[in-house]
Amino acid sequence: MNKWQDNKAWFLVIPVFLVVAASAIIPLMTVVNYSLQDIFGPNQRVFVGLEWYKEALTNPRLHAALNRQLLFSSLVLLIEIPLGILIALMMPKKGWGASLSLVLVALPLLIPWNVIGTIWTIFMRPDIGLLGAAINGMGLPFDHTSSSLAAWVTVMLMEVWHWTPLVVLLAYAGLQAIPEAYFQAARIDGASAWATFRYIQLPKLRGVLTIAVLLRFMDSFLIYAEPFVLTGGGPGNSTTFLSIYLVKLAVGQFDLGPAAAFSIIYFLIVLLFCWLFYQALLKVGTGDKS
Amino acid sequence: MSFEWMAWTMPTAIFFITIACLLIGMTIWQALAPSGEREGFLPIITTPGDRLFIGLLSSAYINLAWLGLTSLSLWFAFVIAVIWMIVLMRWG
Repeated sequence: MNKWQDNKAWFLVIPVFLVVAASAIIPLMTVVNYSLQDIFGPNQRVFVGLEWYKEALTNPRLHAALNRQLLFSSLVLLIEIPLGILIALMMPKKGWGASLSLVLVALPLLIPWNVIGTIWTIFMRPDIGLLGAAINGMGLPFDHTSSSLAAWVTVMLMEVWHWTPLVVLLAYAGLQAIPEAYFQAARIDGASAWATFRYIQLPKLRGVLTIAVLLRFMDSFLIYAEPFVLTGGGPGNSTTFLSIYLVKLAVGQFDLGPAAAFSIIYFLIVLLFCWLFYQALLKVGTGDKS
Repeated sequence: MSFEWMAWTMPTAIFFITIACLLIGMTIWQALAPSGEREGFLPIITTPGDRLFIGLLSSAYINLAWLGLTSLSLWFAFVIAVIWMIVLMRWG
């Protein structure tokens, strides 16, 4: 009897389950259905089995897009997480300076994604863009529309500018939540600033950093709007990330079956990486070496 | 209410019914006889739900790897995935 009463709370989850089912599970099931068929029109389709999966798995363009995506997401995490923590550590902890810096830091997060792409397209133009023209003015040829390296630098700068504030806000909230007693104890023991960070602040940030890494990895792995507006996946295919390639396949070529198979593989990759990150981050600061 | 837009096929219906049965079965099992966390051959502490998730995800990768790397029948990969699921649930 008690066991049944204890489990009654699960009924409260039903509304959330229904919302998730309607918004995520049913569309996902539809994509799985599409991935096994050749779709010609609303009621015209042919079952092709795993043909599209085989095609996707042996497609060199998809492999290239996946490599690009992994490199991009790795760079994003390597830059944004340490930079976000560093900025959060340097921000004022109280007073008007804290409020002002929080507002300033949060500004890039308020701008719509496609607008970000437009802003950076103009900002980096070699003829009239503030930064692009300045770099060219120094004698360095820089044009993100014709150079792969320049396109990558621009996309990375844009991404770091847009999303590091999220890491800053999360890290700042985590730092503010650490009780003052820890710092008093560290001062009494004569701990250095590095030791205080390594043994007090970093372990205490584990929870928010878990969220930050997961969010930033998923977001960067699914990035579409900003690089699409900025470079359209070019020059050539140098910034064609997975989602841009997927949209070209599904919308540009109307290959819904192959695009659906590709989407499922894409989904499985994201799921695997998120799970691995989650497991790794659960151990941060716990002293568990396994 | 028509589900024609979902483009159902018999194989995908069987696939999803199997997954749903697994989840419902696990839920009933855990409601009747809750089992706690444990550490098996996996390097992490897991609940039965964790092991089911790991098993399903790794089974998907086993099948994808088989499909991408060999031209043999996928039934072999299916058998390997089922054996892997059983081993994982029992000793994982």
